[in-house]
Amino acid sequence: MTTPNVSGNLLGAIGGVPRPETDVVVDARDVNKWFGRLHVLKDVCLQVKRQETVVVIGPSGSGKTTLIRCVNHLEKIQSGRIFVNGHLIGYREAPAGGIKVPIARRRNGKAPGATKLVEDKEKNIAQQRQEIGMVFQRFNLFPHMTALENIIEAPIHVRGASHDEAVAMGRALLERVGLAAKEHVYPNQLSGGQQQRIAIARALAMKPALMLFDEPTSALDPEMIGEVLEVMKELAREGMTMIVVSHEMGFAREVANRVVMMDDGVVVEEGTPDQVFSSPTQERTKAFLSKIL
Amino acid sequence: MTALRNRGIRPALLVGFLFLIALAVAGCSSSKSQSFQFDANIFLQDLNPTSQGVLGALYVTIVISVIAQALGVALGVLAALGKMAHIAPFRVTANVYIWIFRGTPLLVQLAFLYYGVGAAHLWGWDPITINGFLIPGAIQAAMVILGVNEGAYMAEIIRAGIMAVDPGQTEAAKSLGMTYRLTMTRIVLPQAARVIIPPLGNEFNNMLKTTSLIFVLGVVETYNHYVIVQVNNFRPFEAYAACALWFLLLTTIWGFIQSRIEKRFARGTATGSSAIPGASWRARLFGNAATSSGLGGH
Repeated sequence: MTTPNVSGNLLGAIGGVPRPETDVVVDARDVNKWFGRLHVLKDVCLQVKRQETVVVIGPSGSGKTTLIRCVNHLEKIQSGRIFVNGHLIGYREAPAGGIKVPIARRRNGKAPGATKLVEDKEKNIAQQRQEIGMVFQRFNLFPHMTALENIIEAPIHVRGASHDEAVAMGRALLERVGLAAKEHVYPNQLSGGQQQRIAIARALAMKPALMLFDEPTSALDPEMIGEVLEVMKELAREGMTMIVVSHEMGFAREVANRVVMMDDGVVVEEGTPDQVFSSPTQERTKAFLSKIL
Repeated sequence: MTALRNRGIRPALLVGFLFLIALAVAGCSSSKSQSFQFDANIFLQDLNPTSQGVLGALYVTIVISVIAQALGVALGVLAALGKMAHIAPFRVTANVYIWIFRGTPLLVQLAFLYYGVGAAHLWGWDPITINGFLIPGAIQAAMVILGVNEGAYMAEIIRAGIMAVDPGQTEAAKSLGMTYRLTMTRIVLPQAARVIIPPLGNEFNNMLKTTSLIFVLGVVETYNHYVIVQVNNFRPFEAYAACALWFLLLTTIWGFIQSRIEKRFARGTATGSSAIPGASWRARLFGNAATSSGLGGH
């Protein structure tokens, strides 16, 4: 296996580090989410500062994937607020007590005069998501489009970039994730590692202020994990703001500014990789780490 | 026909089979007092495309089929999206539409919406002129009613196609900032098309034949043409045999076109170009078993 030729300056391909407008890029406050009766996020708070890489770890079912899916509103939340770049994500505040308050929530006893969350217009949500890149466990490349077409699709149809401009950027991105030769290849002819690198390039092409990675290496054969992590490390080094849900402890140790340990819908512990891995303070963290390290 | 299809009969065999039936019919009737003689000259004259009105009738059949099918696909997409909408009135409208048009006979729909609605002065089906082309009311009605009826069936096919697309595709599109509309038109529907195209082809095959029902509106399409032919020459056997052969030719040509289209839409899939089930012309004409059973004649 040859290691891919990941050249530096990934963000150079999209015109430099996208500047988040605020110092705190992600600010999640007291987020609660239920799947039916299952309480999957319990008063979760998370802050991610500009150019920070936060790795979220924890056993499966702990809510870490759900948390980052809430950050770009792929999942609804039932209470709390999530701000990205200072904008409330997915909702707008409305005076509580309006006729549309669900009965269940009214029984919960909101203080009169408080505001409640009303889901925002679909168009506004779509606009907010342009700022947030997401990379999925199962890549989710568009199978009816070539590698390059996958990358230029959103810049052209969402951002309104010209075709030539988008193609130039798309080629630069492909080159920098080491896949310049695969420009006209369809996803089903690519390995998992190659697909995931294209998925990262596709997300970067929107010049996002924040990148979310949902277990980006979990669906990969072991020999392909390295090439994807290499791209992610390069991104972190260049100052992209990132939240990574991952079981790759080596990656977390090397790249993360902060590690967040989640269990049972709660943030159990957070700190620098050194603190969390070498001297965890919580029993649950110790138990989890002893199983996977 | 199903039995024939499953055994993978070759075209030559099929034609031979038809001739055997013709001979058998001729033989049976000759033993009776009123003998029947199959008249090949009249048959060939009925079949002859240069005979008065044949090409015109075929043209009407094809044009009405294509326009009605196109309308059916458009309405089918709307009804499928309506059925899956979060907004209740959209769902109700789509469901009622599908319920009514799948629940009543097409013949009744044609008669009611053309003669009934016309008599009630709700809609006159007046002739209209587009680019100097005069379109009679009966032809408009034929296109619209066949199309609306077809839409109700296409809705289920299209809905199944949309649901066959991996939900991860919608999530990826959303996460790139695409709106519902963009997600549907650029990502979901093109992928659903692969699932939709094979049954759509079968629907169009059906449509070509179903247009024969519009003779009740007085439209002279292929079937009505031969009704008129046999009224004039008192030779129904020859006339309807010629009619059947023309329809067989239309659906056969469509079978070839359909397999080309399916190959084109298979790009980027694991099943590849010709490996997609039902994509070969042989499978298209005689059913999938013909290609897979190994009894396909070669």
